[in-house]
Amino acid sequence: MSSEAGQQHPLGIYYKVWILLFVLSSFSYAVDFFNVQGGMRWGLVILFMLLKAGFIVSIFMHVIWERMALVLTILGPPVVLLLLIGLMSVEGFYISGTRYQYMGHDPDAVALTPADIHGGGGGGEAH
Amino acid sequence: MSEAAISGSGSTLADDWSADKQAYHVPWGKAMMWIFLVSDTFIFTCFLTSYLHVRLSTTEPWPVQSEIFALSFGGDPIPLILIAIMTFILITSSGTMALAVNFGYQRNKIKTFWFMVATAALGASFVGMQAFEWSKLIEEGVRPWTNPFGATQFGSVFFMITGFHGLHVTAGVIYLLTVAFKVKNGHYDKKGYEIVEIAGLYWHFVDLVWVFIFAFFYLL
Repeated sequence: MSSEAGQQHPLGIYYKVWILLFVLSSFSYAVDFFNVQGGMRWGLVILFMLLKAGFIVSIFMHVIWERMALVLTILGPPVVLLLLIGLMSVEGFYISGTRYQYMGHDPDAVALTPADIHGGGGGGEAH
Repeated sequence: MSEAAISGSGSTLADDWSADKQAYHVPWGKAMMWIFLVSDTFIFTCFLTSYLHVRLSTTEPWPVQSEIFALSFGGDPIPLILIAIMTFILITSSGTMALAVNFGYQRNKIKTFWFMVATAALGASFVGMQAFEWSKLIEEGVRPWTNPFGATQFGSVFFMITGFHGLHVTAGVIYLLTVAFKVKNGHYDKKGYEIVEIAGLYWHFVDLVWVFIFAFFYLL
């Protein structure tokens, strides 16, 4: 049995990744806190998300230390999902386009916030 | 498996699939857990993709998440603060789980037990905060079929995705506690401690899913 040799690695790498995940999460929270908008927001949030996901899968879930047969079984099939995401985003844009064009919805409508509804306060704290 | 350090190179791929023998050189439980996690990846991606689709196709404005999930501690509401705390709790629990796996392979039963219990406790507090967040939104009038802020689909996506993730966390807490007590009672002394790593895989996956939910549902 290969069991006891299993996946044993120095603790140092876990601590480093752990700290890195904290830092990356703080960065993505900072993007919202400092109200970064537009393409910059999407780019930064997705960058930090992919870095976090990569570190969790490769180090915490030990994928970089696994044999190629298992790695491809894990990471291969989900690639198909990119096709689904691509198709659904094309479809979604098409549907909203036709709705704006033929159903007379206002493309510039703005969502209400809790502050609008309760008149100040927000976050469930009605004043 | 002392050659583990050099695995990951492409040359082993043909060897593992080219003969009438075991393809995955891992305990069967670990291979099964990975197959389950891959299928779970498909489930969560389908949820997130349907969220993408309804959010793109709706003509009503999407509610402003950072205002809805703001929380006030006496003063001005701080945007997304509860979600940020939940994110940090889940990352912390991933760290304690990684340590538990490590101590498991060192056959240190006491430390493994306590780090698994700590992981489960952090997971339980995550579920508690999620319950608080749900009750706050329900109080605000958010329902799967309606909400006072904007696009109707916001409610259904919120309850569906966070609910399914919360269910995974809850199941994980029960799973971790079960394994932790079995470790403590010496159940795995003869079988070996891969089970801790397998439970760890599940727990890290739950954290991984939250990374995507945090980005796509709360931040974007």
